[in-house]
Amino acid sequence: MSILIDKETRILVQGITGREGGFHAGQCQKYSREFAGGGGAVVAGVTPGKGGQEADGVPVFNTVADAVRETGANASLIFVPPPFAADAIVEAVDADLPLVVCITEGIPVRDMVYVKRHMEDSGAVLIGPNCPGVITPGGCKMGIMPGHIHKEGTIGVISKSGTLTYEVVAQLTEQGLGQTTCVGIGGDPVIGTMYIDLLRMFEEDPATEAIIVIGEIGGSAEQDAARWAKENVTKPLVGFIAGQTAPPGRRMGHAGAIISGGEGTAAEKMRVMDECGIHVTESPAEMGLTMARALGKA
Amino acid sequence: MNIHEYQGKELLAKYGVAVPKGGVAETADEAERIAADLGGTVVVKAQIHAGGRGKGGGVKLAATPGEAKEVASQILGMTLVTHQTGPEGRLVKKVWVEEASDIERELYLGVVLDRATGRPTVMASTEGGMDIEEVAAKTPEKLLKVPVDPALSVWPSTARRVVYGLDLPAELVREGVKFVTNLYRFYDEMDASLLEINPLVQTKDGRILALDAKVNFDDNALYRHEEVAAMRDEDEEDPLEVEASKFNLNYIKLDGSVACMVNGAGLAMATMDIIKLAGAAPANFLDVGGGASKEMVENAFRILMDDPDVKAVFINIFGGILRCDILAEGVVEAVKTVNVGVPIIIRMEGTNVEKGREILEGSGLDFTVGKGMADSAEKVVAALNR
Repeated sequence: MSILIDKETRILVQGITGREGGFHAGQCQKYSREFAGGGGAVVAGVTPGKGGQEADGVPVFNTVADAVRETGANASLIFVPPPFAADAIVEAVDADLPLVVCITEGIPVRDMVYVKRHMEDSGAVLIGPNCPGVITPGGCKMGIMPGHIHKEGTIGVISKSGTLTYEVVAQLTEQGLGQTTCVGIGGDPVIGTMYIDLLRMFEEDPATEAIIVIGEIGGSAEQDAARWAKENVTKPLVGFIAGQTAPPGRRMGHAGAIISGGEGTAAEKMRVMDECGIHVTESPAEMGLTMARALGKA
Repeated sequence: MNIHEYQGKELLAKYGVAVPKGGVAETADEAERIAADLGGTVVVKAQIHAGGRGKGGGVKLAATPGEAKEVASQILGMTLVTHQTGPEGRLVKKVWVEEASDIERELYLGVVLDRATGRPTVMASTEGGMDIEEVAAKTPEKLLKVPVDPALSVWPSTARRVVYGLDLPAELVREGVKFVTNLYRFYDEMDASLLEINPLVQTKDGRILALDAKVNFDDNALYRHEEVAAMRDEDEEDPLEVEASKFNLNYIKLDGSVACMVNGAGLAMATMDIIKLAGAAPANFLDVGGGASKEMVENAFRILMDDPDVKAVFINIFGGILRCDILAEGVVEAVKTVNVGVPIIIRMEGTNVEKGREILEGSGLDFTVGKGMADSAEKVVAALNR
C-alpha cells in the first residue's frame, strides 16, 4: 500500500515536449520499467498545438480532456514554464483529474491564490508547485527525484524541499528503512496540499508504520501540522526543520522560506513539534537515525 | 523585491490611494525647489530600504524652502544607521520631500498573504506608527484581520469592516472605503507580496493619507511588471548578491567563515545548520539550483572566493537533476582559474557520483572528500582549526 500513487497510476505529462518535461517523462518511464514492472507509467502528454505528435513513443494531445478520454490518464505531472503553469493546473483540475503534481518553480503567488480558490470547488489534490513530486518506491515515480535511492518499505516522507528529501531518503535507506510514499509538498508560500492532509493519508494507510516530516523556516504549517498530529496521528513521527541558522527577513531560496516579524523561525517550529510529541532532531545528518531510534531499531 | 518609499507612493497614487504631495530629490537644491512648489512646512525623508529612519536622523521637518535645502544637505550623503541596516548603515542618495501633515490620529493598514488559507488578508489597527508585530504579540485584540475572497476581491462590505474597525469618523467612511479598495486592487494587480501603510493618518483637516508606504513585490511576477522591475536599486543590495543574481544563483551573504555551495534550498539551509552544529558558522547561503551548468558552478565558486571572510569551502551536493560529474568539472575548472587559498571539503551523493569522484581525484587538485553531512562538517571545522 501507499498514498496518492501506485502501479495503477496512469501519468499524463503537461509540457512533455519541453526540455525538462521530455527528460523527466523519460526518467519516469525508466523507473516504471526497472522498478515497477511497467506500472505507474506515463501514458500521455499534453502540449497545446502539438496534438497528434509523439514524444518518445508517448501520444501527445492538445488538451488534457482529450488525453484523459483517449488514454485513461488519472494523474497529471506538470513541467510547464512559470507564466503558464497555473493555467495548466486549472486545465488538469477542470478535466476532473484527481491528482495533479506541479514541479514548476517560480509561479507568481497571485496565480496560486486564484488556483487554490478555484480548486476549493473540485475534489482534486494538488501537490506543489515548486516541488520534486511524489514517489511510491516500486510502484510509481511521478517527479524529478533520483528513483534508485528509494526503497520499498514502511516510512511515509513529507517534505518542503527537494534535495533535502533525497538526503532523508538516503539516510532512511541506509538504516534499512524503506518508504511507502515520499511527497515533496513544495517550498512556495501557497501550495496545493499541506502537511495535515498528507498526515491524514499516511495515518490511514495500513502499510505506513511511521512518518517523517521535513520542514523549513517561514509560515506556520509545521506548527499547525504538529498540533493536528498530536490529536489525530497514532504513528511515530520524526521531524526536522531546515534553516536554524537563517537570518530573519531574507528569502532562503524558496519563495516561502522567510522569517518575517519573528514568525516562522526553526526554533519555534521545533519547540512546537517537540511539545506535540514529535521526535525532533537538530541535525540534518541524523534524520534517518532518529527514525530508527523512534522505531526501536537503533 | 523592495522599492523605496517614494517609488511606493508614486505607484500607489496611480491607483488612487491618497498620499501626501511630494517629490524626490538627489541634491539639496532640488529639495529646495520641491519645498517651494509645495509651499508651507515640508518633511524631508531619507530614501533607503530600511525602517527606523526617523530615529536615526533621516527624517526632518523644514518650515521654509531654505530650511528644506539645509536639512536635505545634511541627510543626503549621510550613512544612516537604523535597527534594520546593521551597524554599517546605508548611504543616503535620495530624499523624498513632502507636504507636512497635521495629524489627528495615526493608524495602521496592511495587506498580506495568509499562508495557512492561501488568501490575502487586510490588516488594520488603531495603533498606528508602532511595530505591528509588537501590536500583534501584546494586544492582539487591537489588530483586525479581514480575509479577502480572491474571487470577489474587496467588495464595499469588506472595506467597511476595515473602515469601521479603524473608528474613522462618519464623514471619512466613504474616503476610507475607497482607500482600502484601491489599496487591495494595487496589491492584487501589481503582484505585491506585502503592503504596509504605517502610519495611515487621519489629518486635522479631515483627510486620510498614507504617510509611509512599505511595498514589496513577488519576484516571480516581475516579468509582467516592467515598470516595477526597473525600480530595483542595486545599491541597496550586497554587491556579491547582485553579482550572483546575474548568473541566476541564489546567494545570500552571511557573517561566518565557511563558504557553502549546495544544490537545493532546503539542503542549503540544512548545510548551514550542520556547520553551526559542528561549531563553525556559514559565510553564505548558496543554492546553485537543480539544473546548474558547469559555468554556473564556476561563477558560483568565484563569488564565494570574493568574500574575504571565507576560510574554508564546503561543497555539499545531492545529485538529482544536477549530476555530480557536471559539478565536479565546474569545481575543477574554477579552482584552476580562481586563486583558492583555503581548504575545500566536498561531499557528493546521488546521480553519477562515481564519475564525479573520479574527476576530482584525477584533477590532481587538493580536495578533502567527506562521507555524509556530519563527517564532512567535522572535516570543515578541523580544516578551519588547522
